[in-house]
Amino acid sequence: MLLKEEVEMLRRVPLFSKIAPAKLKLLAFASERLNCREGQNLFRQGDPGDAAYVVLSGTADVLVNSNGDEVKVADVEQNSIVGEIAILCDVSRTATVRATSRLEVLKISKENFLGLMNDFPDMAVEIMRVLADRLNHTTSELTAARVREQRATT
Amino acid sequence: MRMEKGLARYIWRNTSRQQLWILAIVALSMIPYFLSFDLPKQIVNGPIQGQGFEDVDATRTFMELSPTLPLIGEVHLFSGFELDRLQTLLALSFVFLGLVVLNGLFKFYINTYKGRLGERMLRRIRFDLIDRVLRFPPNQFKKVKSAEIATMIKDEVEPLGGFTGDAFVQPALLGGQAITALAFIIIQNFWLGMIAAGIVCVQAIIIPRMRRRLLELGRQRQLTARQLSGRVSEIVDGIHSIHAHDTSNLERADIAQRLGLIFNIRYDLYQWKFLVKFINNFLAQVTPFLFYVIGGYLALQGRLDIGQLVAVIAAYKDLPGPLKELIDWDQARQDVQVKYAQVVEQFDVEPLVPATVQTVMREPVERLAAPLVASHLLVTDDSGAPILNRVSLEIQPNETIAVLGQNGAGGEAIAEAFGRVVWPDSGKITIGGQDILEMPESVTGRRISFASSDAHFFHGTLRDNLFYGLKHAPLTETTYKGSEARAFKRNLLEAQRSGNPSFDLNSDWIDYDAAGATGPDDLLKVIRPVLDAVMISQDIFDLALRSKVDLAAHPAMSEVIVDVRAALQRRLAEEDLEGTVVPFQPDSYNDQATVGENLLFGTMKQSMLTPATLAAHPYFKQIMRETGLSNELYAMGLEIAETAVELFRDLPPDNPFFQQLTFMSAEDIPAYQELLQSLKGTTAEDVSSKDRINIIRLSFAYIEPRHRFGLLTPDLRDKIVKARQSFYADLPEDLATMIERHDPAKFSESASLIDNVLFGRIAYSEADASDRIKRIARDIFADMDLEHNVLSIGLDFDVGTQGRRLTNVQRQKLNLARALLKRSDYFIFNRPLPALDQRAQDQIVTNVMRDLHRDGYRPAIIWVLPTADVAQLFDRVLVFKGGNLVENGCYDEVFDKNGMFKQLVS
Repeated sequence: MLLKEEVEMLRRVPLFSKIAPAKLKLLAFASERLNCREGQNLFRQGDPGDAAYVVLSGTADVLVNSNGDEVKVADVEQNSIVGEIAILCDVSRTATVRATSRLEVLKISKENFLGLMNDFPDMAVEIMRVLADRLNHTTSELTAARVREQRATT
Repeated sequence: MRMEKGLARYIWRNTSRQQLWILAIVALSMIPYFLSFDLPKQIVNGPIQGQGFEDVDATRTFMELSPTLPLIGEVHLFSGFELDRLQTLLALSFVFLGLVVLNGLFKFYINTYKGRLGERMLRRIRFDLIDRVLRFPPNQFKKVKSAEIATMIKDEVEPLGGFTGDAFVQPALLGGQAITALAFIIIQNFWLGMIAAGIVCVQAIIIPRMRRRLLELGRQRQLTARQLSGRVSEIVDGIHSIHAHDTSNLERADIAQRLGLIFNIRYDLYQWKFLVKFINNFLAQVTPFLFYVIGGYLALQGRLDIGQLVAVIAAYKDLPGPLKELIDWDQARQDVQVKYAQVVEQFDVEPLVPATVQTVMREPVERLAAPLVASHLLVTDDSGAPILNRVSLEIQPNETIAVLGQNGAGGEAIAEAFGRVVWPDSGKITIGGQDILEMPESVTGRRISFASSDAHFFHGTLRDNLFYGLKHAPLTETTYKGSEARAFKRNLLEAQRSGNPSFDLNSDWIDYDAAGATGPDDLLKVIRPVLDAVMISQDIFDLALRSKVDLAAHPAMSEVIVDVRAALQRRLAEEDLEGTVVPFQPDSYNDQATVGENLLFGTMKQSMLTPATLAAHPYFKQIMRETGLSNELYAMGLEIAETAVELFRDLPPDNPFFQQLTFMSAEDIPAYQELLQSLKGTTAEDVSSKDRINIIRLSFAYIEPRHRFGLLTPDLRDKIVKARQSFYADLPEDLATMIERHDPAKFSESASLIDNVLFGRIAYSEADASDRIKRIARDIFADMDLEHNVLSIGLDFDVGTQGRRLTNVQRQKLNLARALLKRSDYFIFNRPLPALDQRAQDQIVTNVMRDLHRDGYRPAIIWVLPTADVAQLFDRVLVFKGGNLVENGCYDEVFDKNGMFKQLVS
């Protein structure tokens, strides 16, 4: 796939929708295009986080390791972004992302990602929206889990 | 042993026999020298002016030998020839010529002999000084700067060598010459002689006085120059601190001030030197003036014959020379004496480690079976504060001890004392009743291993440094043949003459037994567990993969490379990773490689060929032109330049996006922007060759899947492959030797090991492909039993100055490995791994504790630990606080005590 097509694709990602095409072209050029085959890990829990990934095509699972068992906590869909927590908070990967079909991603290095957020406040807001959305999702799941737990003990 | 304070005595002590010999030769040389003085007078007065040839047929006896010996009287040996006037002239002239030759030969012999004597002396004193450095007490190294020591050994003692040959000979020779000349003048005419002698006295009194100032300046010059080199090395060593604190201008100011001082001293020195020279020359020139005036007057009066006056003037010609040299010699003597005294002052250190402690020991050293005992050990820091307060303890030969406590509580100090890095102020460390400071280093250095975080590496390969701790003595006799044997013998003799040791550096110094190996072949196998234990094998393996392989040292690699490549292909197929590596094929374009790599289809031999020289090569240019590729790549380069300029034009040069721009740097963008402007509307043909190369260069670095500009059409790919083929079809000899063409059956010495294994390029778009391939490569090497070869390639890695090409973590791990290689009886580890995170440190401690006590071999281990995490692994725990041993017992005991240890654990 060529740079021009990638730019088209990036524009469809909500996160980048407000960024000028010239800048997107630069982002595409400065980022690595990677393929993951089915079952391959994009990254593993505990690895140092040095990049975020934009999923261009394909699907993946988000898995969390708990007491030796892997628990699936979320799905990754096309045009979404994964791995941004590790580079925003400077922590190691909080979960494993494993491809469930052939996955095409754009790898955006930490410096590039932070640079973009500085240059485009819109993007920072968008990132916040994504994070808030996830927090909302997590909170409701936690609530449900607590309720289940309470019922089980009583 | 103190150093000799006086230089003359030092020289005499070491070279008295040679000095006496050369003095004898000099004395002998005086005979023809004196004879040659008398001869001109004889020639002028005799055959030329006719004394003794008053008759036409008069003859004289020539070469009559009838010396008058004491007691016996005149002995008639040879009656001589009878020669007439002309014959006598010729005979005497030839005798004169003969004497000139003889004098020259004497001079030649004396100078060579002196030169050799001086060079031996220089070698001796340099060796003596380094020998002393090797025996300095540890404290001394806190005071001296390494560069100053190096300057002293290298530069400051150098004039000593030149002076040695002259030390006794020169005054004897020159003094003899001067006295001979003076005596001769006095014999010719007493008063003229007295005039010459008077001027000599004036010179001898005034000049040395004036030179005193010169000597003082010389001393200052030496000191300031030495300090300058010390400062320069401080700047080099501390460069990161200088950058970190923005103090480069402070350093500039400091250096400028020093250089100013040196300038003043040197300029002062010049002024004095030339003033002295002026006066000296003037005095020398005044004497002939007096001769002409007074001698001429006497000759006119008829009180001096002309022959005498000529002889006096001829003899005087020989007086200022020796005299001046004598005065120069005296200055050199004082100068060298000052230098020598300065150097001695720095090297005359007490207490020096006795030479017997470092005697070379070729035989294996017996095990230390006695306990290590510290009694009333007092160690203080430089301010006098105790850091170890009269501690006594005993460690059994097979005991394992964990030493705990806060930083500076005393644990490190006791380890350093055990490792002989610090010497106790009072108290002793003994093994079997013997003080470890007095034990030979052949025992303490082999049977006791010490490692701290201060890991020093010498410039050389990883192998040299890893086995450094096994090289105690030359263990094998190297046999030399033919001219090498003669050279070796000569060198050995020469070394002895300068008091140097006769150890052969080419001998195998590695003590294989000490590492538990039988020879070079199984050494790697033996050390492998050690490398694994300190977790460095992976690093060495990675180094090997990135290194170029010297096939002369590792011939096995070229034999197996085909199998390795085949195995890689099989494994890739098995793991469904075939697309990950795109192999090089002679008749197809490799998408994952650059355009340039595809065109060249090989590697350039380093240091023989660079891309720039290849681009300028007529054959290469011809191929580019003939295939039409030149124009196509030019067009492609233009597009790349345009896109890059469009993308990056507005970015500040420090933007991280530039990292991805592999074919240009941020500084190039404006230049290319201008170039594109100026090239607008021109065709490829009218462009200057420099601009053309600048544009084509861009297309050479282009990789389609990486840069994704969509520039490579199938047609262009074919053209590149065709150009490649025609490039190789008729490759001229000079290029052929500089390019290694990709050959599936051949190992390339100019490509790294991993590139050789891959024989292709890793696809850009595969996630973590490179790590997986590395893992696979490692597996393949293990399967094919090549791991040791690869490890050995990694050990060829050049570690750089002080091992700086390795990371701090690698250095500390290797330092620990180096200590572990020796199968010692006592291992002392003084927080050897602070650069590692705690988890890794604990893992290594666990590995070492597990591995060292194998096969019935149970050395004592004393490990100063940063935390109590792994203290359970040890037989006994020692806890230090404020320089005192506060707790001592097995883990459970001290744990139950509820004291300091419990605090450390929690």
